[in-house]
Amino acid sequence: MLKRCKPWVTLAMLAASATQMARAELTIVITKGSDQAIPIAIVPFGWNGVGPVPFDVAQIVAADLARSGRFKPMDRQDMVSLPARGDQIQFEDWRLLKSDFIVIGRLVPGATDQFAVEYEIYNVLTGQRLAGDRIAAATSTLRSAGHRVADAVFERLTGVRGAFATRIAYVSVDGRPPKQSYQLVIADADGANVHVIASGPEPIMSPSWSPDGSRLAYVSFESRQSAIYVQELRTGVRTRASGWSGVNGAPAWSPDGKRLALALSRRDGNLDIYILALADQSLVRVTEDPAIDTEPAWALDGQSLYFTSDRAGGPQIYKADASAGSKVKRLTFDSSYNARPRVAPDEHEIAFVTLDGGGYRIGALDLKSGSSRVLTNGTLDESPSYAPNGVMLIYASQERGRGVLAIVSTDGKVKESLAADQGEVREPVWGPFAN
Amino acid sequence: MRKVLQPFGTALLLSLALLIAGCPSKTTTQPEAPPAPTEAPPAQTTDTTAAEAAEAARRAAEQRLLAQTVIYFDFDRSDIRPEYAEVIAAHARKLAAAPNLKVRLEGHTDERGSREYNIGLGERRAQSVRRAMLLQSAGDGQLNTVSYGEERPAVDGHDEGAWAKNRRVEIVYQ
Repeated sequence: MLKRCKPWVTLAMLAASATQMARAELTIVITKGSDQAIPIAIVPFGWNGVGPVPFDVAQIVAADLARSGRFKPMDRQDMVSLPARGDQIQFEDWRLLKSDFIVIGRLVPGATDQFAVEYEIYNVLTGQRLAGDRIAAATSTLRSAGHRVADAVFERLTGVRGAFATRIAYVSVDGRPPKQSYQLVIADADGANVHVIASGPEPIMSPSWSPDGSRLAYVSFESRQSAIYVQELRTGVRTRASGWSGVNGAPAWSPDGKRLALALSRRDGNLDIYILALADQSLVRVTEDPAIDTEPAWALDGQSLYFTSDRAGGPQIYKADASAGSKVKRLTFDSSYNARPRVAPDEHEIAFVTLDGGGYRIGALDLKSGSSRVLTNGTLDESPSYAPNGVMLIYASQERGRGVLAIVSTDGKVKESLAADQGEVREPVWGPFAN
Repeated sequence: MRKVLQPFGTALLLSLALLIAGCPSKTTTQPEAPPAPTEAPPAQTTDTTAAEAAEAARRAAEQRLLAQTVIYFDFDRSDIRPEYAEVIAAHARKLAAAPNLKVRLEGHTDERGSREYNIGLGERRAQSVRRAMLLQSAGDGQLNTVSYGEERPAVDGHDEGAWAKNRRVEIVYQ
């Protein structure tokens, strides 16, 4: 009685331009900072064009660096001068202000609506110029240019690639049960630039970024059954990738972007892991067990999958080769409930939902040493997702009974929450690096 | 503790439950069914009248069972609690008597834990009700399952009271 649905293509309901500004941005609050943050001065960028400065790039840079927890940007009112060029910096002043580094820059007007964003990073102690570059931008991309400056500063001073110029996807829910409406939302990693890319009265869940960031796979119940859709973000063109009878869930892109791992129940009601080749719709069944097998996540080499299974009683994390009938290895033992694994960008660890002291929290397991730790202290934390540089994890949490997003640094030192001004937000997934 | 309901166990459970005649019907938040249609008492022998009264009572009881369209579950369990065996049996009888009727069995969980795992648990609950109905002679083609996991709670709230109302299978006639 299997009903296999042929892939079909539609335009997303809300016009081919695909996106719609619909709701206010997320508000970020840093709830726990690090006491080892590096003091840095981000001076307001110079501007010698006509009229007021079109955008405060330095403010974006400072906010990004502050959110990382690794830096403590100086308050502007404490700055005694506002240099825009290297020869204007009085290093002695900044040494007295106890700033280790200083970032200066200029917004240079070009053709209509075009700018060059120039920035330089200096070591205050030595006076040495550490880096500098020039980024071309339009008015609409000045914000994103700010994130790229922050990325450059972060990488030059920490040795780790910055992930500020990235995006997140999440699900937003309005209304109260049993009547709710659901939106699939994309925003910048700082919660700005919010766009709704799919919406409706039936649940939307489990968004997953393609490795190149051009598409999202997600589950929608719009046909009153679960089905997996793949939507191209630029055009809004949407394909139904999996519409078998029963559950179609938990899509996860393979590292080469050609396959989706997913969970299907087919007719017998038992969830197993499958791999769907997007080009020809061919399906490989990876697990065959009467338990619930779901929430696959790819290993970096695309050769194996981490997943949740309750084959030993409660849900635990397992690993299997990404092929038919492969052997399965159990990885987690520390709690009665471990689910939804996500793989760190360098695969040295996995993060997952763990039952810890009566609360569902985000745990991490070091894959080499086998030691695990709990990173959060909520009661209903779920859906962890790594930033592409591995420094932060975004996850879903609850504040006063309302769904919010939260971010924790993988060293546990920094925490922040991102709340919408209305409704609930959940299931955040961090997109890949922009290029 | 994972519990996959065995067909044999289900049959036993349902038969047992059916033997316990007259057990008090569960209190429910569902609206009461309209009263069973009562026929004008024909002026015939007392025996026939008694038999018809018994039949009317049986129909009323059946309607009360059919008015219950939500089956609730224990935490992380998908086995059917004994008090729902009669309800499921009544719906199965209705389906068996009307082969054109179809139902959707919509499985749900409470909000705790991981979302896609909860989709699996909701599906397991819906399948549990489906198998019980199949054993009571409902036709396979009459039963469709869908799992919403924790995505469509019946009630708001983050405590055991709300969770208990959200762990459910809804029987929805098409």
